[in-house]
Amino acid sequence: MTATLLSYDDVLAQFDPALGLEVHVELNTATKMFCGCPTVFGAEPNTQTCPTCLGLPGSMPVVNAKAVESAIRIGLALNCQIAEWCRFARKNYFYPDMPKNFQTSQYDEPIAFDGYTEVEVDGELYRVGIERAHMEEDTGKSTHIGTTGRIHGADYSLVDYNRAGIPLIEIVTKPVLGTGAKAPEVARAYVAQLRELLLGLGVSDVRMEQGSLRCDVNLSLAPKGADRLGIRTETKNVNSLRSVERATRYEMQRHAAVLAEGGKVLQETRHWHEDTGITTSGREKSDAEDYRYFPEPDLVPVAPSRDWVEQLRAELPEPPHEKRARLQAEWGFSDLEMRDTAGAGALGLVAETIAAGASPQTARKWWLGELARRANESEIDLGSLGVAPADVARVQSLVDEGTLNDKLARQVFDGLLDGEGTPDEIVAARGLAIVSDEGALSAAVDHAIAAHPDVADKIRDGKVAAAGALIGAVMKEMRGQADANRVRELILEKLG
Amino acid sequence: MSPDKRTAVELADALAAGETTSVEITRAHLDRIAAVDGDIHAFLHVDAEGALRDAAASDARRVAGESRGVLDGVPIAVKDVMATRGLPTTCGSRILEGWIPPYDATVVAHLRRAGLPILGKTNMDEFAMGSSTEHSAYGPTHNPWDLDRIPGGSGGGSAAAVAAYEAPLAIGTDTGGSIRQPGAVTGTVGVKPTYGGVSRYGLVALANSLDQPGPVTRTVVDAALLHEVIGGHDPLDSTSIDQPVPALVEAARRGADGDLTGVRIGVVRELGGEGYQGGVLTRFEESVELMTKAGAEVVEVSCPHFVHALATYYLILPAEASSNLARFDAMRYGLRVTPDGDPSAEDVMRATREAGFGDEVKRRIMLGTYALSSGYYDAYYGQAQKVRTLVSRDFDAAFQDADVLVSPTAPTTAFKIGEKVDDPLAMYLNDLATIPANLSGVPGISVPSGLADEDGLPAGVQILAPAMADDRVYRVGAALETLLVREWGGRLLDQAPALPAVGDAETPEGVR
Ligand SMILES: [Zn+2]
Repeated sequence: MTATLLSYDDVLAQFDPALGLEVHVELNTATKMFCGCPTVFGAEPNTQTCPTCLGLPGSMPVVNAKAVESAIRIGLALNCQIAEWCRFARKNYFYPDMPKNFQTSQYDEPIAFDGYTEVEVDGELYRVGIERAHMEEDTGKSTHIGTTGRIHGADYSLVDYNRAGIPLIEIVTKPVLGTGAKAPEVARAYVAQLRELLLGLGVSDVRMEQGSLRCDVNLSLAPKGADRLGIRTETKNVNSLRSVERATRYEMQRHAAVLAEGGKVLQETRHWHEDTGITTSGREKSDAEDYRYFPEPDLVPVAPSRDWVEQLRAELPEPPHEKRARLQAEWGFSDLEMRDTAGAGALGLVAETIAAGASPQTARKWWLGELARRANESEIDLGSLGVAPADVARVQSLVDEGTLNDKLARQVFDGLLDGEGTPDEIVAARGLAIVSDEGALSAAVDHAIAAHPDVADKIRDGKVAAAGALIGAVMKEMRGQADANRVRELILEKLG
Repeated sequence: MSPDKRTAVELADALAAGETTSVEITRAHLDRIAAVDGDIHAFLHVDAEGALRDAAASDARRVAGESRGVLDGVPIAVKDVMATRGLPTTCGSRILEGWIPPYDATVVAHLRRAGLPILGKTNMDEFAMGSSTEHSAYGPTHNPWDLDRIPGGSGGGSAAAVAAYEAPLAIGTDTGGSIRQPGAVTGTVGVKPTYGGVSRYGLVALANSLDQPGPVTRTVVDAALLHEVIGGHDPLDSTSIDQPVPALVEAARRGADGDLTGVRIGVVRELGGEGYQGGVLTRFEESVELMTKAGAEVVEVSCPHFVHALATYYLILPAEASSNLARFDAMRYGLRVTPDGDPSAEDVMRATREAGFGDEVKRRIMLGTYALSSGYYDAYYGQAQKVRTLVSRDFDAAFQDADVLVSPTAPTTAFKIGEKVDDPLAMYLNDLATIPANLSGVPGISVPSGLADEDGLPAGVQILAPAMADDRVYRVGAALETLLVREWGGRLLDQAPALPAVGDAETPEGVR
């Protein structure tokens, strides 16, 4: 069922959005949050388990110190206070993919709290307050077998507990106000920046498509000028940067339509559908939902020493905005180029491509041009495209050597996306190299001149711009495998 | 055939002297189990094959000069709440019927490493909820002193096994008195170590912040020996104390000379008087008298918040238990009850928990769920934690004036099976004196104090010491034991009636 939507302009005319983002980040620790099981993604189901992460009777948790360290570093990078003393708590509810039927999490004593980060959208800075960043464990993963693919109507369900107990950090923002029309972009920019920050810290693989970064978007609208927040919805399963922006925009329009008709927004969990671009109602969130939190009695409090916290602070990598300023200077990008690169979530990719030998402008050109187009077509993020920065650098060096032109380079990217091997292997296998045989080239030019006598006459008359038509004809005959500049030279020589 | 009444120390000495073998000792105890456990029902599972195999391995080690310590080859029984790899572990509940853990509790791993053959798993109140072992889903255990009476609980199986000479040693767990109270009512010794002194890894949790495994034996020095085997830091238990275990055997041996010169003994005013059986109090007073004669300085101490201990305990315990027991949902192990029709996972969970848990377990799950509910948390669980702190402060203050504190272990001797099973509040009162130690984590021992005049049944004295001063309970416990055995002219258990042995009526001991 499709909801009624209000046009975006109408939304903004009547309402102020309040945005909130809850991001779950899977840490890339070698072992799980409370046991020694490995955390490798994609292993055979239930092969990375032990009594503790299976919640077997009698088993007990032990806190992974590396996960605590990662949590503190994330907190520090988000300008948070770090708790001097905090505890884990049990969040009690029944679900088949929860081995203990409680999740060991943190409740009112998060490891990090009260921070902020600043994100830039269209040259303007927005401050996003961080309410808290806390540690918890992931649940198992259910697969529902049956026609619907969902739990209702499933013939049976399979549970993989490999994921149960993987360390998660949940990062919750304070309500973000005053973003107006830019709310969807601010949401996206925040998540993009968070990804960048987490990558910089090296604490997570932040692969949204593998679920190592999961985002819930909270949104409410209030009539313009109102001093209270409206009723919010929590949209789950928003698992790409693009979806963060789309889901925010969708919910704004949906809320506005409800409110404009004098209706009340239902406080509920909603599910984002990437394919159809809509949200649907999940379970209703009521006050009756009671997780009966209490401090986890099997764990002792986490009390990071101030010396340790300060040491971790001193060792933090450069903050993203400082890094961005430095890179912009190094790369010689304009403000607009830099903003576009950051907005596309391509800063890291461009940096790695440059590190692999490409010039800043060519690196930017490929990632924001050809590759961004393909990512858009597939509705995935650039980083998930499967093209490595080193491959991009190699393609560019083949162009620089004269082996490829841009058109052929695009065919190499086709090969890379199809997993046909390295750029060099693809060039060889597809026979893509530019023909540098002067004899063949000269013959093709002669054919083109003979076939287009009127164009040839114009060029002879000094209308050099007309050469384009002949170049096109030559390239066609050469099936694109010619250096366009050399073709031009030959035409001008012959008709000069 | 007469039972092997030797203590663990005596068995260990005999093994060391080459007078016997572990196979011989283990077989004798298995025979005893076969003969009397039909009446006692101390065991839920007997692993004769595994015990004899371990005994043979122990004997082989001894021959090879590779014995692993004093208790190598001395058999032991383990409360069914401890996970044992390859051996059923039911916690006295239907919901875990048929579950065979794929791993060993740390305590069990210690036993195996030290070479103690495991005879089997002992009966208990379901998930250790109870003071009589009547709440076992597999039927009650009977007190060897009087088969119509309860052996205490929740660890009645371990205490009865040791009292009936079915095992020289046993493992118990003590959440509110489940080691000490059964010790008192069966005339045996039970020790609750300092919280964190013995690993809880593999102990199926009742109330995590209160549970503590410990020794169940017939003498104080046996308990010390066993405690040294199972104690110490465990990286798998975050609440385990990272400090060496005090020299417990040494403390027990020192105490066994019966001299208490210079030891300050505090009698806790709040743990006695009203609600305590006359004969229990008389035996307690005699014990204090004996200790005074042996040089102890006796002072009265007051712990005013102990009167709230029971109420506090019955908020904290159900709260933690309600969460611990949530995992029994039929999804991964244990009982599964599938209702008719096309049941959802939730329907299966509901039906299984309905069928698999007994009434007392359900009662405590409901209490705990209520106490943790939003809006009630502060008034119940939160408040209970505050009282808990006050109880600990009472202990701190009392231990300023006394090296150890003493009281009767349980208010009464063993009551009749069925007498209190429908009166939860009366049942809860059994743990009145033992609960404060669990709330604050201090160690305690129960030592037999004699037979109550009214009923001729055993009573116990509890000795408590500050956290990590477990050696003190062994020193004073051993001293009192020596003084009493001198008075009695033998061990208290020697006065227990002989048990009828199945198909063994012609034994020299005759039929009771
Ligand atoms: Zn594990």
